[in-house]
Amino acid sequence: MIKVIREPLIFEISEAGKRAAELPALDVPEAKDLLGGVPLRRELEDFPEVSETEITRHFTRLSQKNYCVDLGLYPLGSCTMKYNPKINERLSAHPAFAASHPLASADLVQGSLEVLKTLEGLLCEIAGMDAFTLQPAAGAHGELTGMMLIRAALEARGNARKYVLIPDSAHGTNPSSAHICGYSVKEIKSNENGTIDLASLEQEMTDEVAALMVTNPNTLGVFESDICRIAETVHAKGGFVYMDGANMNALTGVVRPGDMGVDVLHINLHKTFSTPHGGGGPGSGPVGVKAELAPFLPVPVITGKAGRLALDFDRPRSIGRVRAYFGNFSVVVRALCYILTLGPKGVREIAEFAVLNANYIRKSLEGDYDLKYKTASMHECVFSDKLQKEFGVTNLDISKRLIDFGVHPPTMSFPLIVHGALMIEPTETESRRDIDHFIEAMKAIAKEARETPDVLHGAPHVTYVSRLDEVAAAKFPVLRWEKKP
Amino acid sequence: MSYLSLSDKDKAEMLARTGAAKIEDLFGCIPDGVRLKRPLDLPAARSELELVRTIDGIGGKNTFGGHLSFLGGGAYDHFIPTVVDYLSSRGEFVSPYTPYQPEVSQGTLQLIFEFQTLICQLAGLDVANDSLYDGSTGAAEAVLMAHRVTSRDKVVLAQSLHPQYREVVRTYIKNLGVTAVEVGFGPDGRIDQVALAKALDDKTAAVVYQSPNFFGVVEDVKALSETAHGVKALSVAVVTEALSLGLLEAPGRLGADIVTGEAQSFGLPLSFGGPYLGFMACKKDYLRQMPGRVTGQTKDTEGRRGFVLTLATREQHIRRERATSNICSNQALCALRATIFMETLGKQGLRELAWQNAQKAAYAAEKLRGIKGVKKRFTGPFFNEFVVSLPKPWAVVDAGLKAKGIVGGYGLQADYPDLDRAAVVCVTELRTKDEIDRLARTLKEVLG
Repeated sequence: MIKVIREPLIFEISEAGKRAAELPALDVPEAKDLLGGVPLRRELEDFPEVSETEITRHFTRLSQKNYCVDLGLYPLGSCTMKYNPKINERLSAHPAFAASHPLASADLVQGSLEVLKTLEGLLCEIAGMDAFTLQPAAGAHGELTGMMLIRAALEARGNARKYVLIPDSAHGTNPSSAHICGYSVKEIKSNENGTIDLASLEQEMTDEVAALMVTNPNTLGVFESDICRIAETVHAKGGFVYMDGANMNALTGVVRPGDMGVDVLHINLHKTFSTPHGGGGPGSGPVGVKAELAPFLPVPVITGKAGRLALDFDRPRSIGRVRAYFGNFSVVVRALCYILTLGPKGVREIAEFAVLNANYIRKSLEGDYDLKYKTASMHECVFSDKLQKEFGVTNLDISKRLIDFGVHPPTMSFPLIVHGALMIEPTETESRRDIDHFIEAMKAIAKEARETPDVLHGAPHVTYVSRLDEVAAAKFPVLRWEKKP
Repeated sequence: MSYLSLSDKDKAEMLARTGAAKIEDLFGCIPDGVRLKRPLDLPAARSELELVRTIDGIGGKNTFGGHLSFLGGGAYDHFIPTVVDYLSSRGEFVSPYTPYQPEVSQGTLQLIFEFQTLICQLAGLDVANDSLYDGSTGAAEAVLMAHRVTSRDKVVLAQSLHPQYREVVRTYIKNLGVTAVEVGFGPDGRIDQVALAKALDDKTAAVVYQSPNFFGVVEDVKALSETAHGVKALSVAVVTEALSLGLLEAPGRLGADIVTGEAQSFGLPLSFGGPYLGFMACKKDYLRQMPGRVTGQTKDTEGRRGFVLTLATREQHIRRERATSNICSNQALCALRATIFMETLGKQGLRELAWQNAQKAAYAAEKLRGIKGVKKRFTGPFFNEFVVSLPKPWAVVDAGLKAKGIVGGYGLQADYPDLDRAAVVCVTELRTKDEIDRLARTLKEVLG
């Protein structure tokens, strides 16, 4: 990250007459009365005009202002930032897939349909579910789809019900997805272990409740050990168990959600199965269901066997489409490649080494940072800034200072039940060297907090920009470039 | 093949520090009764070479690529300049997370700020978000947004809006007490204005139309917006062929309040339908009701310009069930590709590209209309797609064309039962005059 070169906006280096693309001459006779009567633009006002060299320099310079997994450890809890294999990028852009049109008839795209059908089957085995849809474009989209499936199943039974129960440690998407599905949310308090309090659940779980949305392991990285009793409690009142599979990477090959009473779940392919996050997307959020909910899956459903796959649109109980076409297909290709590469042992190792690495970090930092919940950790651990607060140092200061050590900060201030949270998730693909570097940096920062806290308040010191005024950004929004008058 | 980075020595030493005797012990928190006692039933692990062979084998079953294609319908085959693939493949763009730590994410944030600016310029509106999943969910989010802005619970959808988009809208609204009514089209392929006027009332939150519509016909955005505003409903323009914005007047300047749609045309391969790139722009009055992430400009402690994610108080991680949307990601990497594409084509190139598309489609329409029994179904002005009506059912014509290596268009029968002998034909810059002539020649043969 070269600090000194300030890269302007493309609009600021634009000059009339420059261009980076030429088209072939028009090879059909020119129509003079093109689009008669339709208002046309005279020109694309203020659109950039630059050369190809300038385009290349602009984006190369911008790229160097980003931290990324290819550069180092990215321990964002809950986000699962693991290595993205390069071959998966190449194969996802395979010309046979890149050129296939989503409205082509099924006989011409048997390969694409086989990719989808194959991944559906592999996810069913890994999650212990009966059917999957790959249509949802992201985890939150999967949640929405899953809750719609539950609502449809309950409506089919005669009563959609009113409430959805959600633990206070849940991702914000859970209550938001339930709300868009027409449900009111009731929050379940966590107990002293950071897990769902069975007594509260039993009290709240009435025949007005449609579902419990549970993340397992939860956002503290703690496994809900009572999951079977939790599921029984929900089922006894006729509700469904929705599992947010954001943390599925802690479970692969060890335990299957379908075997512990989960009726519906989504899996984030961009987390567990290593498809790149791309600076915020695209993701993919396939939804798995037990047989009772399968008739409600979005259309179309792929039927038949390899070589004779077909699309079934005639599904009268379906919730309908949640997205045009078939979801984020090239993300699906990457996830398929990951599973085919790893095989059964490798898929289990996703969980084994995510959990080993997280516990190694937890043990290494336990003396330096406060750990609110002492319950066993799985793939992530949540510390807080409680010990550092005594010296006026917050989780924000600690995070920003980590950047100076060449490491991306952990997730901050989440889950909400841990004040000043620092949520650390290393994933299975990290090397000991990079994990140890992170641990040493965290220890050095704990020492600085005691001895030279001002260094932390001013951090980061090595970046292209220092701390940014986020309050001003929200108060006086400047959301686009405009030509100076 | 494994992507683990730990040696056996590392594993043993790290395990020792955790205090566990073996890895299995780290899973002691999972009740024994539910643990999987067998290996997963998955295909055996593969080397990279074996994986390439497997995927080549599956890919080889796609025969679509060997055909001359005139398919559009919301997914368009356009040329992608090499710089788009080259620059967007950089690990610094592919492998970061959402730019929550702005000091180490200025690359992503600045390019998204440029993307927002370009979308505003194309849409002719004040503000744009960081992108949405795709055009269909963009349409659904626009409907929910209009519902919030107006506190009304009915939307009017044009039947000429992409059939799959209409399905997605219906899926999204059905649990929220919002209803949708559909308005048909006239002989020009545009919305039937008389039927529209009858469908509108003081409960209508929005009129949602596509332009160019599913038949390729350019709607009268100005008239539609005036009609919508007449009952204080929002005018929502959906654009599935973003390239059209390079030539047609910006919908925002013609009265649209929200412009949303699909920008796959800007440097994203067809890729069997995804990932694509939803976009949304709106008037600034509605900014606080807009879904999705937004990037804003600010200053650092030294007074230097920088960019941050902003206005997060609309979003789910702050507002939870009261958020404007449950969305918690954007299509950043797709937005990057579109940004590189738009900036590479630039002010001249994008307009020329759009103009060539319209010219080629106009030529193809004339060519096909010259065949006995083939008619242009609609009289309205069109961009790079148009509907032909045929003297035989589409299934018969399609099979005949496919036998000669041509996918001639998208048959409308399944989505519009009245249009059983009609298909949408799309012509982009990638189709040469020779290829268009070949389509005409072959269609003539097939119709015999």
